[in-house]
Amino acid sequence: MVVPLGSTASILKYIRPKSFPTPFCPGCGHGILMGAILRAIDELGLDMDSMLFVSGIGCGGWIPSPHFNADTLHVTHGRPVAFATGAVLFNPKLNVVVIGGDGDIASIGGNHLIHAARRNLDMTVICANNSIYGMTGGQVTPTTPLGAMTATTPKGNPEPPFDLSRLVAAAGASYVARYSVWHIRPLIKALQKALLHKGFAFVEVLSSCPTQFGRRNDLPTPARMLRHFKETCVPISRAKDMSPEELAGKTLIGEFVG
Amino acid sequence: MQGDEACAEGAIAAGCNYYAGYPITPASEIMEHICRRFADLEGRVFIQMEDEIGSMASVIGAAWAGAKAMTATSGPGLSLMLENIGYALITETPCVVVDVQRAGPSTGQATRPAQGDVMQARWGAHGDYEIIVLAPWSVSEMYTETIRAFNLAERFRVPVILLSDEAVGHLRENFAVPPLTRVYHREKEVGSPPFGSSEVPPMPAFGEGARLLVTGSTHDEWGYRRTSDAHAQASLVERLVSKVRNHLDEVTAVERYLCNGELDVLLVSFGFTARSALGAAREAREAGRRVGLLRLRTLWPFPEDEVRQTAAGARYVLVAEMNRGQVLREVQRVAPNAVGYHKTDGEVITSDEILVAMGNLG
Repeated sequence: MVVPLGSTASILKYIRPKSFPTPFCPGCGHGILMGAILRAIDELGLDMDSMLFVSGIGCGGWIPSPHFNADTLHVTHGRPVAFATGAVLFNPKLNVVVIGGDGDIASIGGNHLIHAARRNLDMTVICANNSIYGMTGGQVTPTTPLGAMTATTPKGNPEPPFDLSRLVAAAGASYVARYSVWHIRPLIKALQKALLHKGFAFVEVLSSCPTQFGRRNDLPTPARMLRHFKETCVPISRAKDMSPEELAGKTLIGEFVG
Repeated sequence: MQGDEACAEGAIAAGCNYYAGYPITPASEIMEHICRRFADLEGRVFIQMEDEIGSMASVIGAAWAGAKAMTATSGPGLSLMLENIGYALITETPCVVVDVQRAGPSTGQATRPAQGDVMQARWGAHGDYEIIVLAPWSVSEMYTETIRAFNLAERFRVPVILLSDEAVGHLRENFAVPPLTRVYHREKEVGSPPFGSSEVPPMPAFGEGARLLVTGSTHDEWGYRRTSDAHAQASLVERLVSKVRNHLDEVTAVERYLCNGELDVLLVSFGFTARSALGAAREAREAGRRVGLLRLRTLWPFPEDEVRQTAAGARYVLVAEMNRGQVLREVQRVAPNAVGYHKTDGEVITSDEILVAMGNLG
């Protein structure tokens, strides 16, 4: 039987058999993202023996570790980009991929992120952005939308969020794209471009967290969260012709630098 | 040559091929010298990182990619590095951290010597572990002890701290570069468990097909997280501690000066202060007093057997150090009669001061 590339059967070989079941909550977008990353790798035919996945603390850090059957380095909170810096500088043959959540990559790790982008280091950073600290109970992060309810913003988030993709683009990254786990085919294409890209590639992935974010913000079911991405994400190309009023509350998706 | 420069040369001789650092007085000369020297050497990577946290992180990342990696800093930087030093401890990552101590706490006196990081070097990371800390006292030893630090790191898969101070780091002395007797390289073996089975397990590098699973969480011998497993936690911590403690003969180093026969006073010291203590011991001997010096070249694991044995024959034990008694308390555990001479004003302790302190004994 021929197993089509990028299919569920085809990507199972990239997963350590002992790592199931995944630790993710029902409806978590990280499982979709995990599948998208492995499908991108499978379709490209990348050699897992030359790949290194570095991740930090939190739900996003568990996407590659222990699941991915390759070298994986699961490090201290916020520092995966800095650990990856040492590995890729010493062995440039490694295909280094950092995977982490928004709290890990953009809050505690924000300094490493912008400096790695500035240096245009040859690595791919995938930020699983669910706008919340999932594992520690749903506290506010630097990407939580203004006014959103979290465990530490009982009257709604008073702080405006980072636009991560534009931040990293401004810092000097040579490939930047943003999609949600609803936009699965363009996401896989973007991941493939990022994995093949020479230089600093950043892919921001809006991921669903019905358990910690959705239930506090009127998006209590997995399906409702995914539909929210479908309704609020606008491709950069289409946004050009839209008025500021039409774009209010929307999130731009697509390639910011490519 | 300057002590900091000798440290850099020692690292190069030991095979250091990755350096990441962040500027800080009085350690910056190590980074600057390495940077200049690496530029003309093949296969050596230097980066000035955005901060000390990133420096330590990238050192560990490079070590797992196969490098002999090092960073250097001073007290405030060591404070920032400690979380990742803890990560190096639990993941058994060989690397060298140089701390050229200055007076603190906090920013303190950036250009003045102190020896106040003894306990931070030992216990700064959280949890239970064993770490190796060496204390050079000369420019020559900044060279040789840096090599020993790399060899111990590779031998035991542990971060090793070279605990120097401003007075040694900025000291200029002539020294003869010794012939290299041995440079140790970590054992590699793809296919055996990288976190167990043997006392110091073999450590393959990323990209060699071992498909390593490295985590700072409690893990089993293959690296799988076992954070709810009491046995996994207990056996991991036990091995992290015992793999060093079972080989104290390879780690511990002390030097005894003028310690022959019964002693009136045993001086115990380390780092730059030990030089003044040796001067004081010599002067006291000339004046007819039986005074000897025990110099601690390895600070951690603390050489308590050596201290106990040497102190046993002495009427008084005087510990001289540029802090409020961090090593004194360790000495008192095995020599309860020990007293301290401390100084924390950012000035080195002189031989004359130690002679006065000895005169005040009894």
